[in-house]
Amino acid sequence: MKKAFWLAGAMALALAQPASAADSIKIGFVSTFSGPTAVIGNDMRNSFELALDHLGRKMGGKPVEVIYEDDQQKPDVGKQKTEKLVQSDKVDFIVGYIWSNVLLASLKTAVDSKTFLISANAGPSQLAGELCSPYVFSTSWQNDQTPAAMGLYMNQKGVKSVFLIGPNYAAGKDMLAGLKSTFKGEVVGEEYTVWPSQLDFSAELSKARNSKAESIFVFYPGAAGVQFLNQYAQAGIKQQIPLYTAFTIDELSLPLQKDNAIGIPGAQEWVNDLPNAENKKFVEDYRKKYTNLRPTYYGAQAYDAAQLINSAVVAVKGDLSKKDAMKAEMEKANFKSLRGPFKYGNNHIPIQNFYLQDVVKDADGQLSLKTVATIVKDDQDRFHDKCPMK
Amino acid sequence: MYLVVEQLLNGLQFGLLLFLLAAGLTLVFGIMDFVNLAHGSLYMMGAYFAATFVGWTGSFVLGALMALGATLLLGIVLEFVALRHLYGRDHLDQVLATFGLILFFNDAVRLIWGPAGLALPLPAWLTVPVQIIPGVYYPAYRLMIIVVALLVAALLYLVVMRTRIGMLIRAGASNREMIGALGINIKLLFTLVFGLGAALAGLAGLMQAPILTVQIGMGENILILAFVIIVIGGIGSIRGAFMAAIFVGIIDTMGRAFLPDLLRKVLSGAAASTAAPALSSMLIYLLMAIVLIVRPEGLFPAAKR
Repeated sequence: MKKAFWLAGAMALALAQPASAADSIKIGFVSTFSGPTAVIGNDMRNSFELALDHLGRKMGGKPVEVIYEDDQQKPDVGKQKTEKLVQSDKVDFIVGYIWSNVLLASLKTAVDSKTFLISANAGPSQLAGELCSPYVFSTSWQNDQTPAAMGLYMNQKGVKSVFLIGPNYAAGKDMLAGLKSTFKGEVVGEEYTVWPSQLDFSAELSKARNSKAESIFVFYPGAAGVQFLNQYAQAGIKQQIPLYTAFTIDELSLPLQKDNAIGIPGAQEWVNDLPNAENKKFVEDYRKKYTNLRPTYYGAQAYDAAQLINSAVVAVKGDLSKKDAMKAEMEKANFKSLRGPFKYGNNHIPIQNFYLQDVVKDADGQLSLKTVATIVKDDQDRFHDKCPMK
Repeated sequence: MYLVVEQLLNGLQFGLLLFLLAAGLTLVFGIMDFVNLAHGSLYMMGAYFAATFVGWTGSFVLGALMALGATLLLGIVLEFVALRHLYGRDHLDQVLATFGLILFFNDAVRLIWGPAGLALPLPAWLTVPVQIIPGVYYPAYRLMIIVVALLVAALLYLVVMRTRIGMLIRAGASNREMIGALGINIKLLFTLVFGLGAALAGLAGLMQAPILTVQIGMGENILILAFVIIVIGGIGSIRGAFMAAIFVGIIDTMGRAFLPDLLRKVLSGAAASTAAPALSSMLIYLLMAIVLIVRPEGLFPAAKR
């Protein structure tokens, strides 16, 4: 149904401006727009649209056309949608991808056709290492980086042992491995749950409690993060064992997690209160344009993806055949990122800061996320050596 | 040892919750010979009603009771307006129509409550761990689910085995044409049974809501488990649904809890961590396959014509 809607939209657009269609910048956007995690895809689309508004809906003087496709959080569907965008829509850029397993399934299609792919969220370790490509850029991170920062923070706090719980798919394995790469204490247990269907974590929580670990670390993006925190608090474990997280508490899950999220730290490369002018404008305009909604890091990364594409299109003055020049421009990260300036590593993954975020009540009495400290500066992922690009 | 007790309780709680869902499904399927894929939607509606009413009244128990009534009513209206016309039809027609109802309910929820989902917070007295035997703590709310579901099971048993309505239901399960011919108002009986099934699904949904989130499509995955249970237990048999639900709950939970450690003894750590969740989610389907081979009519089949 949704597909038909976008298809109809795209057709109407094509009919409305037949002359300019050939001369526009075509961007395909693959994200999740149905099911329980559709709120994430919507946030990315909202932010991407806001970036286009800020750019006057033009890049290098040419109008921009975006085709949104729903991957339904399924690798096979994501691959089909990517093929459709590359082969029949012949897009110039392809953006999006929340889920690492969806991105890994879709990657080859984009790379083989030499279409620039910008991951606005997923950062599987393979993408940073052996599968890196001149045509692929990230405006997010490599999966291991964020939990690795959390591991550093846990060392600072003097945590001696941890029990790890995460979902059984590409990103879940990266996240737990990332924490283990920096955490100096003992890993008492490591549990993987069925993804994305398992929503009840009673068995895992019982094991964590009985393991006598000093702390628990989890990675549960989207609605699963709400379910985990609810059950963690209901079981009374919140009073017994402190929880550390990556990608589990954000502006989408917080209104559902409510007080259960208070006092639970997370690591992130972007927080809504980062003090740079672009970020202030982004957060303000987002809340003005989409009333009652707040942007998340997913959205900030999608916004950056639009800016990165714009920088490349402007550099070649709209001549999209100059792929080498566009690649060279994007490697400079020559745009004002919402997280502040960053550099690209040889594998096109950002070298960037990671911050500690905490849940606080803001001026309106609403729960919101706040930057507490910088955990690590200019962090580069640990797989860049495996990438053959120099 | 304590861990085993705790995991058994987790399994029992999960199983009893599944029983509430499966009981309604098996009643409707067994007695009315009606395949209702929209049973999961009633589970979802129960959760949405509860989240709304608890928000309005500020009381968890009152909100839950109102939600129960609302799902019962919704079930009766649904039966009267839509499903009644499908009884004589082929199973495939019923599957198609009730699949349409799933889409209808999902989009209705999107329109009324929005796509983001709702939270149903528990009152403070239900968020404390209770010490059941020395050294074993268990969440109060999960304990309450066990107690409520056991009470409902006992009540269902009494209604079905000891009352006139129950007698009619059992008679309907073994021969529908005959009780119609004996002058029983079968239409009214069916409406009643369907409403009862809907209320049970709503109860499962509203009790699961604080543990999970209230969201669109929440009833679809769990409905598959409910179908597995009525196949294992025997279609139309409440006793079968009860036993099978507890089997499935315990097998699923014990698999998740102990399979990873067992596998680590024979496989490398990484391989075991990856294989264990996949294997443990297969266990119940394996059980269903074995039951279908050995006893195709289910473990506790309802008496047949």
